[in-house]
Amino acid sequence: MIKAILIFNNHGKPRLIRFYEYFAEDVQQQIIRETFHLVSKRDDNVCNFLEGGSLIGGSDYKLIYRHYATLYFVFCVDSSESELGILDLIQVCYITLLYTYHLQVCYITLLYTYPLQVHFILQEVVMGGMVLETNMNEIVGQVELQNRMEKSEGGFSAAPARAVSAVKNINLPEMPRNINIGDINIKVPSLSPF
Amino acid sequence: MSDVVEKTLSALPSLLSLDSQAGAGKLSPSSKLGNLIKGITELTSKHEEETLIKKELESIKEQVASPNTTMRQMKEIMVRAIYCEMLGYQASFSYIHAIKLAQQGSVLEKRVGYLAVSLFLNETDEFLLLLVNTVLKDLQSTNLIEVCMALTVVSQMFPKDMIPAILPVVEEKLTHPKEIIRRKAVLALYKFYLIAPNQVQHIHSKFRKALCDKDPGVMTASLHIYLQLIKENPESYKDLTGSMVTILRQVVGGKLPLDFNYHSVPAPWLQIQLLRILAYLGKEDQGTSEMMYDVLEESLRRAEMNHNITYAILFECVKTIYTVHPKSQLLEKAAECIGNFVLSPKINLKYLGLKALTYVVQQDANLALPHQMTIIECLDHSDVIIKRETLELLFRITNAQNVTVIVEKMLEFLRLTYNVWFIQTMNSVFSLGGDVMQPDIPNNFLRLLAEGVDNVEDRQLRLFAVDSYVSLLQGETAKLPQRFLQVISWVLGEYSYLREEESDPGSVMRLLARLLDQRHTSTETRSWVLGAMTKLCSSPVYTAIYWQNLHCYSTERHWLYKTKCLSSLFKLYLTTLIFEVDLIISCLSWLWCCFIPQVDSSLSFLDGYVSDALAAGAAPYKSPHQRQEDLVQEKALSLEPYGLSLPVSLSSCSITDRRSPTLLSMSSGLSGNSTELSHQEGSTTLKLEGVKRVWGKDGYLAQQQSAGETPTPLVELPSPLLSPQSPPSQKPSSGLEPDQEKRQLASSLFVGLGSHNSVCLVRLPSTVWLFIKNCQSANQSNVVKSLFKPFYINSCQSALHNLLDSTTVASEGGAATTTTPQQTSQRTLDHTTSNGNPHVEGTEQRVEAGGPLSLIRGNGMVAVVPPRDLPLTSHLPAELSGLARSEFTPLCSDQDSSLALSACRVYKEDALVLLVFISNNNDSALHQMVLQLTCKELEVYIFQTGLNNKVPLFFSEIPVGRSRNQDRNTRVSSNRDLEKPRIFCESFRNFCSPPLTVSTGDYGKMWLSFSHDLKQNLRLVTTEHQEPLTATLDALKGKLHLHVVDIIGSEGIVACRLLQGPGQGQPCLLHCRVHADSLAVWLRSPVPELPDSLLYHCQKALTET
Repeated sequence: MIKAILIFNNHGKPRLIRFYEYFAEDVQQQIIRETFHLVSKRDDNVCNFLEGGSLIGGSDYKLIYRHYATLYFVFCVDSSESELGILDLIQVCYITLLYTYHLQVCYITLLYTYPLQVHFILQEVVMGGMVLETNMNEIVGQVELQNRMEKSEGGFSAAPARAVSAVKNINLPEMPRNINIGDINIKVPSLSPF
Repeated sequence: MSDVVEKTLSALPSLLSLDSQAGAGKLSPSSKLGNLIKGITELTSKHEEETLIKKELESIKEQVASPNTTMRQMKEIMVRAIYCEMLGYQASFSYIHAIKLAQQGSVLEKRVGYLAVSLFLNETDEFLLLLVNTVLKDLQSTNLIEVCMALTVVSQMFPKDMIPAILPVVEEKLTHPKEIIRRKAVLALYKFYLIAPNQVQHIHSKFRKALCDKDPGVMTASLHIYLQLIKENPESYKDLTGSMVTILRQVVGGKLPLDFNYHSVPAPWLQIQLLRILAYLGKEDQGTSEMMYDVLEESLRRAEMNHNITYAILFECVKTIYTVHPKSQLLEKAAECIGNFVLSPKINLKYLGLKALTYVVQQDANLALPHQMTIIECLDHSDVIIKRETLELLFRITNAQNVTVIVEKMLEFLRLTYNVWFIQTMNSVFSLGGDVMQPDIPNNFLRLLAEGVDNVEDRQLRLFAVDSYVSLLQGETAKLPQRFLQVISWVLGEYSYLREEESDPGSVMRLLARLLDQRHTSTETRSWVLGAMTKLCSSPVYTAIYWQNLHCYSTERHWLYKTKCLSSLFKLYLTTLIFEVDLIISCLSWLWCCFIPQVDSSLSFLDGYVSDALAAGAAPYKSPHQRQEDLVQEKALSLEPYGLSLPVSLSSCSITDRRSPTLLSMSSGLSGNSTELSHQEGSTTLKLEGVKRVWGKDGYLAQQQSAGETPTPLVELPSPLLSPQSPPSQKPSSGLEPDQEKRQLASSLFVGLGSHNSVCLVRLPSTVWLFIKNCQSANQSNVVKSLFKPFYINSCQSALHNLLDSTTVASEGGAATTTTPQQTSQRTLDHTTSNGNPHVEGTEQRVEAGGPLSLIRGNGMVAVVPPRDLPLTSHLPAELSGLARSEFTPLCSDQDSSLALSACRVYKEDALVLLVFISNNNDSALHQMVLQLTCKELEVYIFQTGLNNKVPLFFSEIPVGRSRNQDRNTRVSSNRDLEKPRIFCESFRNFCSPPLTVSTGDYGKMWLSFSHDLKQNLRLVTTEHQEPLTATLDALKGKLHLHVVDIIGSEGIVACRLLQGPGQGQPCLLHCRVHADSLAVWLRSPVPELPDSLLYHCQKALTET
């Protein structure tokens, strides 16, 4: 089970936090601080797993993280999750985020501008701590479905919805299979100038 | 990838056009969220962020309270509130509005409302009850999105008690035509199962239905439930093994729609789930395991190593294979697989490989053998996590043979990481927990540090602690909690020595001193810091800083400091033996001050009584000090009734302003065992030794000592008037072994003083007594030796000084001391040793006297040749042995010379006798020796006593000076002029000798009876070590052999007697008082000329110094 998803920048400033287990407000902040402390000290050439912390769930607790440029995506999970599986799930989330909303926006500002949308996407990936969907198309589809409703309402988040439909227009469903996700954090900056 | 980019590019125009509009709306400056986020990213400090968020929350509060706020605005407000909550600022006022938004908003707003609720609230929150109806309504909604949202929020959190209310509706959703709804419903039910297993017992059959759902997504979701269920109770679900195997086979076989592929791997997460379930099912169950061998093998085969996710599957596969009932063929393949992991250059895979190895070696330790080298490499890996995992693996393969090596490795790891980790963790605990934490936490921490054997590991831990604390202290210490500072102080005090070699030794001390200086440091912490500094004092570098600080804090009023300082001081004394006399004195005086505040010195409780008494007409109270001052003033104004001033209590008189009574009592206390201290103190304060206790608080004390016991001032007597010098080297005369000389000097300096030191003037605080006793019992010899070292040297110097003085005087007599033998032949005492040559020419004893030999009583000279192994005193002529005499001063003794010359003066009642001892330094006996003494107006007696074979000859010569102004030179020459040490014999010009030994009481009586007086100002002699008065009087004593009767404060009384001439035996009394820069001397004598003459000599003597 996934206990928490934390996204913070290189300075430890939270960009998104989502806890699937109840923790008091101050404990949450402490978890964020400690997690950042642990993760930020690690080089990029060491493994993406951390064990031995004790904040959440005692010994049955590990951190699986990825570092993209300025952002850390950290999943706090228990032993019932596969390390590599979660690692790839992070990748899926990230790419979904990028392809859904950020073809035009430099990904560094990712979570400045769309905190709400990221929440919605995560809601489709992880539900109540369980992995609900790992297929990017499904995720995008669900979010799109909801956003379409927004679009019809002309609301707050209409723009992403439009972006999504634009992405749809470029035959998105085929994309994931062709993307070498391992390389994405190298390739993405080249997209940002647009 | 390239085609993706292409497609993206082709789609760009439309995107950009859309985005230009959207972006404008989204990030427009007017957008409050945009502003907030922008504002926060621009901030640099936490404090600024706090201010901004507070402001933001205020504005949110205002807006949500306003009735005019529309739902759309509310949604925007919620987003801001979510943002603030994420940053850790409570926006509890908005919770109810979030629920309201979920209840009342349109779909879009509802979505935000639900999100806010799921972020803000938790399962136990009472607000959630308000949401139940809304959820129920939404679940029953026909709008798919609303149903989805409701299911999402239910799976996120739902009050346990309310589950029955919505359970039927959720169950219903399991049959919903839309797969996404079914999937979410399954997960929601799983959540219910986790929260309240009993309530979903009845729907297990529906779970099975979900497992067999035609949509793989729903099936995947249901695996979550089954994984949990099978994990809890594998036996009940053995029947599902077949289904699971079938599903897995289908998945592996690529039967799923391509949509489920991820990197060409069919539904990897689903595979992982299934493999785990199989592992639980097949564990320790051969039958079940046999069902899955095939599919496991296929999984292994199909998983081509091309991506992370295939490794994920492989890893699960291997684990499953090793969990289920073993099949050797599979195990081999799995082991091969593990090799791929372990050898992979990808660190994540290596990690998993190690994990897998750790898992499998439990069954077969040999599996680790092929990977030995990798494992060893991993032990030294830079990634701590890898190392940790490696150690875990090593732990599993530990056996009797390798246990030592492995434990060693583990300890190494612990040392490298866990020391660091431990200290760092404790550091953060201390800095965060601060002063609110239980006191036993720091105590336990310190105990942990202190405990344990002193091995390398412990030392490393301590060293790391010290290092980290030093760096902490080098930074900003103001924010560190006091308790942490205390811990730091303790650790630094105890273990700083560990890092000494690698850094400036004073740095720790300075850091601690800085801590002391800071205002925010609490009293208690300061005492800890002081304690630490005391421990550091073992190094002299530290001591100066320490002392400086101790002095600083001596002014602090707080009692706690004083106690701490006191104990610090004791520790310092007992452990480190730092004996700078000045420091000790000042410290002890300070110590005394410490005790004063214990007393209510103002006697405020007597105020009532005093005011009553005053009202009744009593005289106002005068403090003893004031009264003494009055008396002193009286004395200063009118010296005439000297006797009247004498009753002034000695204790009050003896205490100079800057010296505390403790000092004096210290000296007398110590002198019980070691008489030396009195002398040492005497250099700075009142000389207590050698003074009979004649004054008490009530006036004179009865004379208890006979005249014979009257201590003779041995120390500062005029020198033996001989200044040995050896021409080739011009080296100072102290030819004896320096140590021996010092010892000799010390013993001669301090001999016989013990009986006069029992005067205890002030009661000591008991603590100080204790301390002194400790010193004496534990480290007595060291203490004493160290204590008196400086004084030792001073004394030596002064002795030397005296000798040199004599030399100077001698040169005055007509020739320089360093002149050639020819020039000085008339005035030198030459002696040639036999230099180990027993066949020295001349066996006669010739005495050449320069002047007519006449037996005149008075000053004289004796030459004695004692055996060297007996104390010289034993060779004193019998008639002289009972008399007061000076110490034995070595006159000349070369290292080479086989003869040593020493001299001493003996004060006869009517003459001063100079004894010259000639001792044989050789082992061989002297058979022949020629001693030639040349003297003018000196009577020479030759004594021949106590002969042994080593000292065949004994000469003595007593020359007697006729008049005080005549030079009397003695010359001893031998038949050989080679290597002649020349000893200059100074003419006696002692004005009066022997000194008039008189007690203070007698002095007072005599003073009044004498009629001829004279007053004159003399210049003061100033030296570094002494009070001007003492120095001056000492100088006079040295030159003129006056007897210093007593020194009281700035006054001193001196007595002398005319030895020869018409007024022989007549006394002269001097009263000296320091007046500004000069010494006001008042002389009285029954002989009219005597004061004049004495004054002249005094002036002359003082000018010479």
